[in-house]
Amino acid sequence: MSAISCKDLCKNYQQGDAVIKGLDHVSLEIDQGSFICLSGPSGSGKTTLLNAIGGLDSLDSGEISIDGARVDLLSKSELADLRLHQIGFVFQAYNLIPVLSARENVEFVMQVQGVGAAERNTRSSRILREVGLEGMEDRRPAQLSGGQQQRVAVARAIVSRPKLVLADEPTANLDSASMEKLMEHFHELNRVHKVTFLIATHDERVMRWAGRRISMEDGRVIRDELQKIH
Amino acid sequence: MAMPLPAMSRLAWRNLWRNYRRTVIMLLAISLGVWAMIFMTALLRGMVDDMVKQGVSALPGHVQIHAQAYRDDPSVTHSLPAPNEALMAVLDSDKVAAWSSRIKVPAMISSEYENRGVTLLGIDPQGELALGFKKDDVIEGRFLDGADDGGIVVGRKLLQRLESRLGKRVVVMSQDPDNTIADRGFRVVGVFKAELESLEESVVYAGRDVVQTMLGVGTDVSEIAILGFDYRAPEGLVSDIRTVVPGNSEVLSWLALDPYLGTMVKVMDGFVLVWMVVIFLALSFGLVNTLMMAIFERVREIGLMRALGMRPSAIVYQVLMESLFLLVLGLLLGNLLAIATIIPLKDGIDVSSVAQGMEMMGASSVLYPVLQWPDLLLANAVVIVLGIITSLLPAWRAAQYRPVEALSRT
Repeated sequence: MSAISCKDLCKNYQQGDAVIKGLDHVSLEIDQGSFICLSGPSGSGKTTLLNAIGGLDSLDSGEISIDGARVDLLSKSELADLRLHQIGFVFQAYNLIPVLSARENVEFVMQVQGVGAAERNTRSSRILREVGLEGMEDRRPAQLSGGQQQRVAVARAIVSRPKLVLADEPTANLDSASMEKLMEHFHELNRVHKVTFLIATHDERVMRWAGRRISMEDGRVIRDELQKIH
Repeated sequence: MAMPLPAMSRLAWRNLWRNYRRTVIMLLAISLGVWAMIFMTALLRGMVDDMVKQGVSALPGHVQIHAQAYRDDPSVTHSLPAPNEALMAVLDSDKVAAWSSRIKVPAMISSEYENRGVTLLGIDPQGELALGFKKDDVIEGRFLDGADDGGIVVGRKLLQRLESRLGKRVVVMSQDPDNTIADRGFRVVGVFKAELESLEESVVYAGRDVVQTMLGVGTDVSEIAILGFDYRAPEGLVSDIRTVVPGNSEVLSWLALDPYLGTMVKVMDGFVLVWMVVIFLALSFGLVNTLMMAIFERVREIGLMRALGMRPSAIVYQVLMESLFLLVLGLLLGNLLAIATIIPLKDGIDVSSVAQGMEMMGASSVLYPVLQWPDLLLANAVVIVLGIITSLLPAWRAAQYRPVEALSRT
């Protein structure tokens, strides 16, 4: 059984008198442990698809299942629990909590999960070191550069080892070296822990890391192909 | 799943100080509101206490025993025998602070120029002093020496009305049990002042034994006045006394003897609560506005928290926690401010410029603020409970944001 199953997803947006198709009859099957890139121009539906799979946005029609559970039928609280325990998000804008330090932002999800302080500290120290933010743990987001904030957001998404990571332009604002390091980290999580990655990106360098590439346009999947990892 | 309390508290505390100026302004508003609640309540309590003290001293006592018909016809025909042994046991118990028996009849007092209707009190001066009569209130001459003192003590105002003075003789007339005129000449040995001018004009004090002899009633008395220890709870004393007095006696607390005063106390209790709620309602607009503003400024963050797995209920708790911090800080400052302003005023606030109005209400011209712990607790409880209830609306609004919409806000 697929880890994620999307059947005939439709989502329209009203913009004045015009109806914009966010998702136009999108169907996908994603296996556990996949490493997938979503590509396509702006407005092609990549972010809408990620939001729908993560239960952040509702659908007009269609069905989404994660490990057999119907996401589109869950209540608000059940969706919150699903996101908390199974999904890690990296958003297009870094979306950090400004009153919390880098470490506290990384630990936020673990705190909500109820992970103990010692375990949180160990895991957050390790992940911050891995994303190159050692020594910056106590800085607030306003004291970090755009790239550093992005790395905090990535660290927060993967520190609790979710089954699925939904990442929207995770390498925006990162230099090549940081991007390579981050993608290596993603790959290691994918290979060792079988974490499924679904990454929306414009960056060809990122796409090369994916074993499957799904191209979208006007809310539709126009190409879905396996590819050789670089 | 909710966040652990320490983490939620830390986040709420930091969020509270994100807009420092707004939080300080709101804190000042809450503190002033709480101060107004407590300070005005202390003034009201002081006024009510004073009214009750004045009323109780005029009665006097928290409990009185009369013959059944005395209150309808306060004449000498409706008298009580002197306290028996069983009653004495209660009167001498530790529930009674002081007591005194007295003759109290309507009478006419005449000088060589004027005459006036008064209430003649035949008293035992020692008992009256214990009940609350202050020797210092005798501003000229002296108070009575004993129950057999042949002098009379009159009020300052009455003496003016009678166009008489200290040392002069006056004649007091009343009726004996056979309804014949009983009269006696008294020398004015003392002049007293009272907080209430009406008392100075309407009451005269003579020795109890002398008045009993004048009226020919033996050792009978009109009333026995008893002072307990808590004017707010005289019922226990009333029921103790009822079990030992003769069947034709009536035992009543000051609440029944002066229903106006009793009702006033109850009304004041209700008024205190209404006053607190009204002040809080004024405050609540500021509180709701502050929380709403704080939420509108953080819609994106709230969306993020929801996206990361915080349940809507956890968002509600988060906002309520911020409100709780704001309220508790405001209460702390307000309580300190109130205590700091009430303590220096414990010697009283002179309101003699409105003394006539105060007297009409039965209160004196010096207000003594009374800070009662139950009032302090009530003010704090009103602010916390209503504050949290008021904060539910912004908290609920915050929890209703859809993550994807909230995250797209700029």
